[in-house]
Amino acid sequence: MNDMDSFTRLGRHPAFRTGASVALATGLYGISFGALGVAAGLDVWQTIALSALMFTGGSQFAFVGVLAGGGGGTSATGAASLLGVRNAVYGVQLNAMMRPGPALKPLAAHVTIDESAATSMAQPDPHGRRVGFWTAGVGVWLTWVAFTVLGAVAGDLMGDPKAWGLDGAAAAAMLGLLWPRLKTGDAWALAAVTALVTMVALPLLPAGIPILVAGAVAGLWGWFGSAGRKGPREATA
Amino acid sequence: MSLWGWVLLASAIAFGTKLVGYLVPATILDDPRMLRTANAVTIGLLSALVVMNTAAAGQGLLLDARLGAVVAAAVALVLRAPFLVVVITGAAAAAGLRLLGFP
Repeated sequence: MNDMDSFTRLGRHPAFRTGASVALATGLYGISFGALGVAAGLDVWQTIALSALMFTGGSQFAFVGVLAGGGGGTSATGAASLLGVRNAVYGVQLNAMMRPGPALKPLAAHVTIDESAATSMAQPDPHGRRVGFWTAGVGVWLTWVAFTVLGAVAGDLMGDPKAWGLDGAAAAAMLGLLWPRLKTGDAWALAAVTALVTMVALPLLPAGIPILVAGAVAGLWGWFGSAGRKGPREATA
Repeated sequence: MSLWGWVLLASAIAFGTKLVGYLVPATILDDPRMLRTANAVTIGLLSALVVMNTAAAGQGLLLDARLGAVVAAAVALVLRAPFLVVVITGAAAAAGLRLLGFP
């Protein structure tokens, strides 16, 4: 099955609905990014450019957060870049799972974010991983940019997304994506350990680093332990 | 450098970082031990994302209505609710708790 097939079958797959739900819940948060970007001193076009070109929410919030706090371009760029390192880790996994052709790699890389990686990894079969990745990736890009425009132009009128529970929706979505992987005692133990590691690391390390520590701990667990020994073929393409 | 320059430079770095992962040969995961490790890393990353989306507040922890959202989502998952219902349950729980005055 080639990538064009994946594209034409998008709408018929259950992973499409998951990706579309993620795209809507995540995209709405673009309103707060748009409003914050303008408040931090960027103009409307610069704020939209960050969403369209940088397109990785944590890094974008860090970039405008540093500017809003009086920092310069160097520290804003440094903080954003550090936060984006996890996307390289997703890239290694997604590349191995989906095997995109050379022409698709730059496009796949651009829409590689927390949400598209998580949606893809949560699917049980190779085709579903492609559908989930592209639906969530392209879907979030469209909604994220659209709602950034809305937030940048009219952010003050929209109110706080938290009042609508959108941050709760994002947390629930992540749990929903992890859940199908928790089929064995080993998987539960690993999830608990890495959750604990993340909680301990969050106050101690700069934003964006705790997830890399959790990923490294999980890597050691898999390399030296027995996690994932049951049916590893089932879990990766 | 102008603000536009920083916006474009930071965006270029973000894209380059993403692309680097795709340039690692896919055959790296053909080895069973690497595959096992990759599966474990996937669970670790997803678990960390759950914690970050539930309790992270900049560089620190903050327990607020998001915790209620995750508990409600877990109940929905135990009851085998479909994904969209899980997400809506989370949003409704967080919005409801905030209406009741939780942070």
